[in-house]
Amino acid sequence: MPRQLIKDGSVVDDRWTLVRELGADALSQAAIIVPLPVWRANRDALRARGDVGVWLAPSDDPADIAPDAATLPVIAVDFPQFTDGRGYSIGRLLRERHGFAGELRAIGDVQHDQLYYLAQCGFNAFSIRSDRNAEDALAGLTAFSDGYQSTTLRTPWFRRRAAAAAR
Amino acid sequence: MYRYDSFDQRLVDERVAQFRDQTQRYLAGQLTEDDFRPLRLQNGLYIQKYAPMLRISIPYGLLSTRQLRRLAHIGRRYDRGYGHFTTRQNLQFNWPKLEDVPDILAELASVQMHAIQTSGNCIRNITSDHFAGAAGDEVVDPRPYSELVRQWAALNPEFAYLPRKFKIAITAATTDRTALLVHDIGLQIVRNDQDEIGFRVIVGGGLGRTPMIGHVIREFLPRAEILNYLEAILRVYNRYGRRDNKFKARVKILVKDRSPAVFAREVEDEWSHLRGGPSTVPDEEIERLAAHFPAPAYETFAGDDPGYRSELADNRPFSNWAQRNVHPHKMAGYAIVTLSLKQTGVPPGDVTSDQMDAIADLADRYSFAELRVSHEQNLIFADVRQADLFTLWTELKALGVATPNLGLLTNIVCCPGGDFCSLANAKSIPIAQAIQRRFDDLDYLHDIGELDLNISGCMNACGHHHIGHIGILGVDKNGSEWYQVSIGGAQGDEAALGKVIGPSFAAHQMPDVISRLIDAYIDHRHDDERFVDTVRRIGLEPFKERVYATAAH
Repeated sequence: MPRQLIKDGSVVDDRWTLVRELGADALSQAAIIVPLPVWRANRDALRARGDVGVWLAPSDDPADIAPDAATLPVIAVDFPQFTDGRGYSIGRLLRERHGFAGELRAIGDVQHDQLYYLAQCGFNAFSIRSDRNAEDALAGLTAFSDGYQSTTLRTPWFRRRAAAAAR
Repeated sequence: MYRYDSFDQRLVDERVAQFRDQTQRYLAGQLTEDDFRPLRLQNGLYIQKYAPMLRISIPYGLLSTRQLRRLAHIGRRYDRGYGHFTTRQNLQFNWPKLEDVPDILAELASVQMHAIQTSGNCIRNITSDHFAGAAGDEVVDPRPYSELVRQWAALNPEFAYLPRKFKIAITAATTDRTALLVHDIGLQIVRNDQDEIGFRVIVGGGLGRTPMIGHVIREFLPRAEILNYLEAILRVYNRYGRRDNKFKARVKILVKDRSPAVFAREVEDEWSHLRGGPSTVPDEEIERLAAHFPAPAYETFAGDDPGYRSELADNRPFSNWAQRNVHPHKMAGYAIVTLSLKQTGVPPGDVTSDQMDAIADLADRYSFAELRVSHEQNLIFADVRQADLFTLWTELKALGVATPNLGLLTNIVCCPGGDFCSLANAKSIPIAQAIQRRFDDLDYLHDIGELDLNISGCMNACGHHHIGHIGILGVDKNGSEWYQVSIGGAQGDEAALGKVIGPSFAAHQMPDVISRLIDAYIDHRHDDERFVDTVRRIGLEPFKERVYATAAH
């Protein structure tokens, strides 16, 4: 199996198993990422394990996971199609409003040409679509060197420009 | 105008490199058509009926003559020697080759231009008042604010994949010239009782399939909060706008479904988290941007130019043109001149490369080397000395851009329609031309008076037919082209949506249909009453009766 996960700028092995649908033994596996409804239904037991992450559908409200943001090792956000941009807002909310500092992973239709914007919205891990080469996709992370807006990685350019001018 | 520094230039250059790489991967079969389409659209590239179409961004309609000459060159080298100005103050080329587009973008980048977000489900070109900085009815020059919002919208990581396209207009004038009320967001710059500058925020207007007038969700937003507030609106829309049906995906549907009051509450709640945050705009930044738009080196005049006054009195064609196409300027002795791109026989908004070069020469000589594009698809010289108007007029006439029809029936706003666009149900340009030929008599045209006629080839409404005093919409009936007519629409402060008069017409009937509408108006009008005023006073019935009395064949 080719490695499909980009994390913190490199292609790496993926220790997590994504549980899309709940089969009989799904929850007995180690290191799983479960859907939000499953997390909510089994929260205490799953939380105690320490090797369980949660994935959000684009229609899920990130505020629902806010109480667990400090302890969850990984939160994934699903992009059913790359043109569904709800996850970009979810990423920023998790980082900027709910204080999530763990691995924030984009899953689903995740490709080369979306990586730069995703990274600016707080994602540091990208599970590249299975028919795409993750090594090739790495270049997408550096499509731009900077930008005007405030993101999870930078303040607006006008602030940095003013600070540089004042020095 | 705004001049790029190395930071702005680097972003645009990186965008060119990104698109070159995407195009290469597409041509090499590494990107599927479905995966490439949203990417090319965000660079303004459509695949149209006969060829690709490339839409170039002209931020808030402002162009330097250097940029216009580059557009002329691109038209000559990569297209068929002309371009088409659009109702979003942009320019479209209708015949570029896909594999040439990265080179065209590089040419644009060399004059600080781009095609970023001119299409696709993202924040489109910011439009504004084509008289900005020159009109006498402004609270403040809106251009620094337009540039501020342009930078925030450009390559914004969070809002590149919205449910649908998103259009923002900005004005600072007391008379709206931007169709503010039919935008996803309309921002009106105002001054409050404490003499502070801020924004009146209007959301949820739009044309297209379900035309709506926007709602004011905030009467006064302090200017420092503008980017935080825009982010709040866009975030609410990005998260909750419908994605299951593209015909219900615009923000106007979300505003309507939730009610303007509920939508406003959600925005205010989101804003409460963002308020005062990193995107709060310091006064120094607004001042820095304002320094990019200094007043030109105006000469001082005591009042109107005497030579101009006597030419007006002596020369009827000149005074006709001045009456229609020249607007008052805030500076004594200056005027704002509109170049009409609506000459009979030429598709509305089309300009040849040779004309672009000649227009650039004239703008260098007469208007401080800048010009503007209006959403009515005309060009503006914003700072012309009255003393130069007569000479300029003779030169513009020679170029075919001095038709004295601004605000009149033949100043038709028209999309490219079925001749070019793969979305169109029907052709629009031949209809415009047939109507222009019917009303080619200038005295008659001036007697009819102010009348906005808008034509769209499909319900996407690029020709803004809903807000035309007369609106024409191309419709498909069993595979043939028909035209639905509405009357009573209006743009600006009196914005209203036209009402359909009845069953649609075949193309050849259209000049007669318009003639009959005009005849009915002339029979019923009171003194100094415009067509649209008569429609409002007496309603649709008299017009319907006239048009449908005997079938127009």
